[in-house]
Amino acid sequence: MTPSVVLVTGVSRFLGGHLAARLAANPDIDRVLGVDTVPPPRDLLRRMGRAEFVRADIRNPLIAKVISHAGVDTVVHASVSANPGSSGGRTAMKEMNVIGTMQLLAACQKAPSVRRVVLKSTTAVYGSSPRDPALFDESMTPKDLPSGGYAKDAAEIEGYLRGFARRRPDVSVTVLRFANFIGPRIDTVFTRYFALPVVPTVLGYDARVQLLHEEDALAVLERSASQEIPGVFNVAADGVLLLSQAIRRAGRVPLPVPRSAVGPVSRVFRGARIVDFSPEQMRLLNFGRVVDNRRLREQFGFSPRWTTVQAFDDFVRGRGLHPVVGPERIESVERGVRALVGMLR
Amino acid sequence: MSEARVIPLHVDDAGARRRWRLGGPQDDRPAPEPEPVPSEPEPEPGAELDELIEFAKRRLGGDYTVDDFGFDRDLTDSVLLPALRPLYRSWFRVETIGMHNVPGEGGALVVANHSGTVPIDSLMTAVALHDDHPDHRHLRLLGADLMFRLPGIGTLARKGGATLACMPDAERLMSRGELVGVWPEGFKGIGKPFHDRYKLQRFGRGGFVSAALRTGVPIIPCAIVGAEEIYPKIGDIQPLARLFGAPYFPVTPTFPLLGPLGLVPLPSKWYIEFGTPIPTDSIGPAAADDPMTVFNLTDQVRETIQHTLYRLLAQRRNAFTG
Repeated sequence: MTPSVVLVTGVSRFLGGHLAARLAANPDIDRVLGVDTVPPPRDLLRRMGRAEFVRADIRNPLIAKVISHAGVDTVVHASVSANPGSSGGRTAMKEMNVIGTMQLLAACQKAPSVRRVVLKSTTAVYGSSPRDPALFDESMTPKDLPSGGYAKDAAEIEGYLRGFARRRPDVSVTVLRFANFIGPRIDTVFTRYFALPVVPTVLGYDARVQLLHEEDALAVLERSASQEIPGVFNVAADGVLLLSQAIRRAGRVPLPVPRSAVGPVSRVFRGARIVDFSPEQMRLLNFGRVVDNRRLREQFGFSPRWTTVQAFDDFVRGRGLHPVVGPERIESVERGVRALVGMLR
Repeated sequence: MSEARVIPLHVDDAGARRRWRLGGPQDDRPAPEPEPVPSEPEPEPGAELDELIEFAKRRLGGDYTVDDFGFDRDLTDSVLLPALRPLYRSWFRVETIGMHNVPGEGGALVVANHSGTVPIDSLMTAVALHDDHPDHRHLRLLGADLMFRLPGIGTLARKGGATLACMPDAERLMSRGELVGVWPEGFKGIGKPFHDRYKLQRFGRGGFVSAALRTGVPIIPCAIVGAEEIYPKIGDIQPLARLFGAPYFPVTPTFPLLGPLGLVPLPSKWYIEFGTPIPTDSIGPAAADDPMTVFNLTDQVRETIQHTLYRLLAQRRNAFTG
C-alpha cells in the first residue's frame, strides 16, 4: 500500500534529505514533508524537488499540528543522530534524540491519520564486548547494556517505540537497525576516520567491521516507507572487513595506541574537531560488531547490493582518497627486494 | 650417418624433446615427474620468494577475505599454522590416531579433554586436523570470553578461526558445515593440578551436546595424551591470579623459578586419538530440549574420552619418549 502523505525527519542530513528526494520522485505519493531544525543545504534542497521543507523542531508540540494538518499517514523518523559534534554537544544530541522522539511519537499517537512509523535505529543497540556472539540477530539483547551516548539513546528510543506500538496496535511499526554507513557521499564518523592519513587503532585489537553502502541504506528506507513491512530488521551488508584490512585497503597508515592511551588520544581528535570519537565508537573499534541480515533478506525482501568490502572500496574510490601507502610504493619496495635478493644470489 | 637416421625415429614417438635436454639421468625421468603431488610446485629458484612477495602484497593491500567470525584463512595457512608446525612435529612429535573418524566435509563437533595450564592442546589439535587429515580441515575452536578480552591473543584467536563458546556461534558454525572443536572442561580442565592429570573434570552443562543435536552433526570424541606434562602445575598463587583477573596463576617446576625460561613447555610425546563419531541426526533436534538425553549423551562422550585416555596411557611407556 503506497502512502499518500509522508513525513521525514532529519531532512537536512544526508539520509533524510535523499530519502525525501526519492519519495518525492514517486508519483504515487501525494505529499512529502521534510522536517528539520535547520534548512537543508542548497543542493540537497534542489534534489528534494516537490518535497516540502517544514522548519520545525520535533521537540516542540508544534510537530503535532504539522502531522494533523497535513493528514500524515507515514512517519519516517530518520533524525536520530550519532554525532554529538554536529548536534551541538552530547546534551543537545540526547535532547534531540530522546525528547524529540518522545514528542514525535506523542504527536503520532494523537493523530488518527498515522498508519505507519519507520524508525532509523542502529546496530549499536547490541553493544560491543568480548562476550558477544559473532553475529547478532534481531532477537538478541546486548551483553553489556550501552552505558551512554548514541547507543543508549537508540536503545531508549526503541523502547519508546515499542510502547507506542502497544498503545496504537493499528499502526505498523518498522525498526531498522543500520550498520555503520559508508559511501562516496555520506559524511559520518567512520568516513572521517578512514580519511585520516594516519589512523589510530587500539593496540592488540582488530575489530570486525560491518558496513552498509549509503545507496542500500536509502533503498531500505524508501522500501520501508512505501510498503508495509512491520518488524525489527538488521540492515547491514554481507561480509566483514577487519579494521586493519580496511585501513590497508584505503592505503592509510595505522597507528596502534595502547588501550590506556585511547581516551586522551580520542579527546585530542575530538578537541581538534577532526573525528568525533565517542566512547562507544571506541568500544566498537576494540571489539567490533557483526549482525545477521537474514531477516532483511527473507522477511523484508531486500538484499544489499554492495558487500562490506565493495561498499568500502566504493567509498575509497568515490572520495578519491590518496593512498599514503599506494600500490606504486608497494611495487617499488617489491622491486627493491627483488634486486637485493638478486644481488645476494 | 647412422646418427642422422636415429633422430627421426625419436621424433616419431614424441621423444624429440628428450634429445634437447641436458644431461643423461634426466632423460630417464620425464614420465614420473608430473606425477608426485601436482599441487606442490617445483622448487624453482625464486618461486618461494615470489610466493612470499605475493603474500606480502596481499597483506599490505588488504586483499584477502575474512568470514563473519573473523577467520582469516590466508593468514592461518601462511603464518599461524606454519608457526605452530615445528612445535607439532619436532617438539611434541604428535602422533594422530583414528583420523578416518573425522569426516572430510560437513559439520562435526570434536570434543576433547583439556589440559596443560596453557591451551596448547587445542592449537595442536587444530594443526593435526589440518596437516594429518586428507582434506586439510580447519578446526574452528570455541574459546572462553577471557581469551577474547586479552589484547593480541584474542585477535589472533579470531583470525585463526576461534570464536566465543556460546550456543549461537556453535550452531551457526556447525550448520555452515564447519568442523568445530570444543573443550567442555574449560578452566577446570586446563588448570587442574598435576596430581589430577588425565582425570576428566565436569563437562560443563552439556551445551555442546545440545548444539550438536540441534544441528544434527556427529560428535567426535577426542583424547589428547601428552599435554598434561608440558607445564606440570604443582601450585597456584591465587592472590596473583586475582590481581591479573586470571582463573589461576600456575606454579610449575620451572615457572616462575627460571623466569622466562620456565615458559618453555616440556617436550612430552603426544598422541591425539579421534574416536568413532557419535551420530546425533538420528536422535533429532527436539531432544536438545530434553535434559536427560543431553546429560546421557554428555556422559557417553565423557566416558569414551576417559577410557581412550586410560588405554593410551597404558600403552605409553614414558611421557617424554612415548
